[in-house]
Amino acid sequence: MITLNAKIPEGPLEEKWTRYKASSKLVNPANKKKLDIIVIGTGLSGAGAASSLGELGYNVKVFCYQDSPRRAHSVAAQGGINAAKNYKNDGDNVYRLFYDMIKGGDFRAREANVYRIAEVSNQVIDHYTALGVPFAREYGGTLDTRSFGGVQVSRTFYAKGQTGQQCLLGAYSSLNRQIKAGTVKMFPRRDMLELVVIDGKARGIITRNLITGEIERHSAHAVVLATGGYGTVYYLSTLAVNSNASAAWKAYKKGAAFANPSFVQIHPTSIPQLNEFQSKLTLMSESLRNDGRIWVPKKKGDTRPANDIPEEERDYYLERRYPAFGNLVPRDVASRAAKERCDAGYGVGKTGLAVNLDFRDAIKKQGKKSIENKYGNLFDMYKAITGMNPYDEPMQIYPAGHYTMGGLWVDYELMTTIPGLFAIGESNFSDHGANRLGASSLMQAAGDGYFILPVTISSFLSGEIRIPRIPTDGPEFDEAEKSVRERLEKLLSIRGKQSAASFHKRLGKIMWDFCGMTRNEEGLKKAKEMVRALRSEFWSDLTVTGEGNDLNQQLEKAGRVADFLELAELMITDALNRKESCGAHFREESQTPDGEARRIDSEYSYVAAWEYNGENEPILNKEPLKFEFVELKERSYK
Amino acid sequence: MKLRLKIWRQKNAKTKGAFASYDLDGVSSDMSFLEMLDLLNSRLVSEGKEPVAFDHDCREGICGSCGMYINGYPHGPVPGLTTCHLSMRYFRDGETITIEPWRARPFPVIKDLIVDRSAMDKIQVAGGFISVTAGAAPEANNNLVRKHSSDLAFDSAICIGCGACVAACKNASAMLFVSARVSQYALLPQGRPEAKERVRAMVEEMDRQGFGNCSNTGACEAQCPKQIKLFNIARLNREYYRSY
Repeated sequence: MITLNAKIPEGPLEEKWTRYKASSKLVNPANKKKLDIIVIGTGLSGAGAASSLGELGYNVKVFCYQDSPRRAHSVAAQGGINAAKNYKNDGDNVYRLFYDMIKGGDFRAREANVYRIAEVSNQVIDHYTALGVPFAREYGGTLDTRSFGGVQVSRTFYAKGQTGQQCLLGAYSSLNRQIKAGTVKMFPRRDMLELVVIDGKARGIITRNLITGEIERHSAHAVVLATGGYGTVYYLSTLAVNSNASAAWKAYKKGAAFANPSFVQIHPTSIPQLNEFQSKLTLMSESLRNDGRIWVPKKKGDTRPANDIPEEERDYYLERRYPAFGNLVPRDVASRAAKERCDAGYGVGKTGLAVNLDFRDAIKKQGKKSIENKYGNLFDMYKAITGMNPYDEPMQIYPAGHYTMGGLWVDYELMTTIPGLFAIGESNFSDHGANRLGASSLMQAAGDGYFILPVTISSFLSGEIRIPRIPTDGPEFDEAEKSVRERLEKLLSIRGKQSAASFHKRLGKIMWDFCGMTRNEEGLKKAKEMVRALRSEFWSDLTVTGEGNDLNQQLEKAGRVADFLELAELMITDALNRKESCGAHFREESQTPDGEARRIDSEYSYVAAWEYNGENEPILNKEPLKFEFVELKERSYK
Repeated sequence: MKLRLKIWRQKNAKTKGAFASYDLDGVSSDMSFLEMLDLLNSRLVSEGKEPVAFDHDCREGICGSCGMYINGYPHGPVPGLTTCHLSMRYFRDGETITIEPWRARPFPVIKDLIVDRSAMDKIQVAGGFISVTAGAAPEANNNLVRKHSSDLAFDSAICIGCGACVAACKNASAMLFVSARVSQYALLPQGRPEAKERVRAMVEEMDRQGFGNCSNTGACEAQCPKQIKLFNIARLNREYYRSY
């Protein structure tokens, strides 16, 4: 068994981070030059960390699978980024942001980490603004904010519906500055295929050059994973189609505990599936719920066009069920409510798997121009994809797999259970509990990358200053490279009949049906058997065309799907273990009489950190969650 | 619908490429252009043939990975859309569609429809940033920015770096791409302190990477999926002159 030591500093909540910074060990500038750090991923967390570490003087090597670091999937975040600036004078502060996240996460996150991210949120906004990120502004020249799902203050900074793109390009620019300065070396079009552990510490990686197929060795004193989430396990999701879990999965199999893998956020407002060949679901920002009203017809199977249905025959079910928050309830609540209406036969659209998101009243009240200013690009995108004009008729939306709150277990220093291996941004588990609030992912990724990891990593690295540059010809590298080569050869040599994509599609369906918006014991047990059967079919009937020593997208895909087929089982195992409902994890056996999630604090107030155990069932390690500063409450939005 | 596809196939940068023709049926008008290519590839894989390689990722028009000439137009015939957002609704049953990689000297073909766009990153590395170290930023509202300037900066900043402007230009000029970044920073007070060094460094690198000059045909603006405006190039030129 591994031991989970969260290393939370002593003292009152609001002093922990200050105390940590005051007493943590530093690395002197002359020694920083001698220390190498590998960062995998160039999204908000990875690019932020790499540039910050470069600024501090470390030698940084950064890897991404895309052809350019500017394409990491943070680019697609739409709605905004939170900070406790209180620019709207609406009573916001660090504590309130912290509390909203703890409550939004349904009391399954670690207090100290959440408070810290709320604390650094303001610095993130200052930094992005200084980097030239064109956030929306008021006429007086100050920054504008808007409100977002699950909270009652206006703390979300935004750049139309492209906040993620603008923040990412800011992060990309700071990364470029360090590439020019020579502190950061960039390796695009690389897949990380193995983690190298030497004497119990993460010391390097094996990558595949996606153009030449070359297998490469890279060593460092520490490795930082900034590889995002694993939502593409559902095949259809709001993620980039090449987003994958492979780097995190390799780390898990080398001994890093994987925490709460079943905590997956299903986003309520995505464009519904239009055809069976669809490769992804496009998100419509949650910010649309600020002005759009969600409804379905009161009559079952009503096929009239939305505009022909009179007011009194519309069921604004979120406003009806949750009068205090209305259309702004958190994502998990909104998603389940949509599923409930559609399952009951009130859904709209071709498939009946959609609900209306209607801007009629907002346009009437604020004018078309104002709505266009706020959401113009989203409306255009919707029209381009569906051919329907949301200025004239309601959008049709349905939930889609989106964000994974689960991820690699990390301590307060963002270090995994493998010393020297760190996980930041969406790839770790620590800040969002069982459900993430809107506009908190950019905040956390940027906070981890720019302001937290660069401080905490020195606590580990200060003990490494006597270790010379790690050679890449040792037995651990030989072994890791050998296993990578063997696996690639195996994938190429099956020569069966089915493509990796077809397996991925089938896996996605199993996960969506049984380990998606709602789960139950019977379904999960069935799904586990189905995933196992699919996995053995994969390894006997996969086909991969082409060669290994060449650009081969089939081979890339096959490796990623192979890992998803294993991760899926761990997600199911975790969902089976957690017999309570909390946040996005809704166990049908654990609900209140009116259909809301019923948390069971006496039994499940812990982080489930799973430890790899070879072919056997994984080992469950529990990190008890202690709530010293907030009172555990039922999470109500009524 | 049923389509005839003429697609550029090229094994790698060293070998010569050629068009290959494929007949594809079962295409639905609901599909995106890339989903249509997915369908072709799944057929090719099931026949044991090598699928067509193309870059793609977010499939929602924002990452800038995808891009190809479709019937001679970068990202296809519909203005304001990336290839991944181009719907098959815009094509007719029985149509022949010609698909090629970006054709520009600074973008060598890697395989089939995939080209090497690293020259664009190199221009950004040369100067596409504001030199501020994490921790050094002033309080965000200390610098007031006129809303109009900020909105204009945003309109320039939405470039996705796909390379369609270069592909559309008969000179393979990257002026629209470079001008979008230069404009974003030129319009914001945060970008002014090193405006001169930035514009010179980026223009110099653009030339070094072999991009051509601008001759004001406006093809870049017409084909830009994000509809970045030509007047950014005027601003780039002005910034460049002012830097000396």
